[in-house]
Amino acid sequence: MRSPVPLLLPVLLIVGWEVAAYIIDNPFILPSLTTVIPILLHPFSAEYTLGTGSLMDNAAVSLFRVASGFALAAVIAIPLGIGMGRSLFLNDFLDATIELLRPIPPLAWVPLALAWFKIGFVSIVFIIFIGAFFPILLNTIDGVKSIKRTWVEVAGTLGARETQVLGKVILPGASPTIWTGLRVGFGIAWMCVVAAEWLPGITRGLGYLILYAYNFGQTNVIIAGMVVIGVIGILIDQVFKAGERRWFSWRSLDR
Amino acid sequence: MTLTIRHLTKEFPVPGKENITALSDINLKVGNKEFVSVLGPSGCGKTTLLRIIAGLDSTTFGTIELDGEIIDSPSPQMVMIFQEYSLYPWRTVRDNVTFGLEVEGMKKPQAREVALNYLHLVGLDEFAERYPYELSGGMRQRVAVARALAIEPQILLMDEPFGALDAQTRNKLQKELLEIWEQTRKTILFVTHSVDEAVYLSDRIVVLTPRPGRIRDIIVSPLPRPRDRTSPEFARIRRYVLDLIDESGKAKEGLRGQTSTL
Repeated sequence: MRSPVPLLLPVLLIVGWEVAAYIIDNPFILPSLTTVIPILLHPFSAEYTLGTGSLMDNAAVSLFRVASGFALAAVIAIPLGIGMGRSLFLNDFLDATIELLRPIPPLAWVPLALAWFKIGFVSIVFIIFIGAFFPILLNTIDGVKSIKRTWVEVAGTLGARETQVLGKVILPGASPTIWTGLRVGFGIAWMCVVAAEWLPGITRGLGYLILYAYNFGQTNVIIAGMVVIGVIGILIDQVFKAGERRWFSWRSLDR
Repeated sequence: MTLTIRHLTKEFPVPGKENITALSDINLKVGNKEFVSVLGPSGCGKTTLLRIIAGLDSTTFGTIELDGEIIDSPSPQMVMIFQEYSLYPWRTVRDNVTFGLEVEGMKKPQAREVALNYLHLVGLDEFAERYPYELSGGMRQRVAVARALAIEPQILLMDEPFGALDAQTRNKLQKELLEIWEQTRKTILFVTHSVDEAVYLSDRIVVLTPRPGRIRDIIVSPLPRPRDRTSPEFARIRRYVLDLIDESGKAKEGLRGQTSTL
């Protein structure tokens, strides 16, 4: 039998929550779970979400935004990272600039994003792009640099040309680390989307939903939205982890 | 196919100091399906020599020629087998062997068939679908040999391929390598620091001096095959080679390039 210890704290928190909600008796500060659960049980119904579209509608909008910014980040960061990992010149040329930009939080780009791209989809995608870009880039560089020199030399003595070395040695050899970069990058992108959906003029998405619910004092909708944001985050992280076990187990087993 | 090394010298720059000469005026001809060992202590430049021949490093002076053509990049006629495990951990054993064939443009199904033949040659048919991390060190080096043989080179360059193995596995692989050599008739240039290994394997033993690496002597082995490590003849040759190495430490300006026949 599995240890019950991991479940102990969540159960205590839920019980404590209900007790506190009863004592406080103010659903704006702490709504009872009985007002949150019905919302979660009807993820496809707009009736529970103040007419802003159902939980799943909003989740789909947020996911699409994240996927767009994330894909853009991956498409640029992976080739750039491979180039920087392979070419000392490119690395020296770009490294200082990247180190300068990297510590700026994605949300600090919001005013610039608005100035450049106006309110709307492009601005949100840009913020997500910034959030996902650096972890993917840095992990790709690391992965390429960790390639054993012997792997490349073997390919050379077996007659591989530069492009074949890239496709058959560098890319597969670095892919576990690149995958880690994608996983971390997606996690950050998912955090960014919620905040990016607080930009003025946005009318859909999970971030928008919880801010909108706040304006109406509907704390139970806020909490239901937070639960959905958390669950989607966990699910996607699990998908990345499953991919890691499925495709890249050789890295941890290799001696 | 004949490999000719002419006046090969390799210097490494040291910032603020004089260049270090790793190899000095190496002259050697290898071919005709013979088994030649390059023997020397660590730091004598024997690995550097092999890397230059493989086209992985450049020379400072001198040339490497293969049937008269100068080699300055890897040639498909020569394949190098490294000391450290060099298999691709994300590929199965069989797909490691197909690597060189894929690079040549062979279709995967055909390459896999060829790979199986070579895995059979090294006795690893049953491990075709395994991954390198499931294999012992000796088995991994067998795969590396199969991978090198699969593209049918004329010359195998081996850089202390059994150096990381325990003594028993090592002896076993030496025996197997000789069997494979006799079956496939390749020329083998084999780098080692083990006198025993060189005497057991080679038709000729090239003894290098340390720092800078020069050819101290080339010994043509009179031992018949198959060889018996415990025979008095074997012991005599081993003693002779050991003495040569001892001397070369003392008298650096030795009898360079001289060829001894016992």
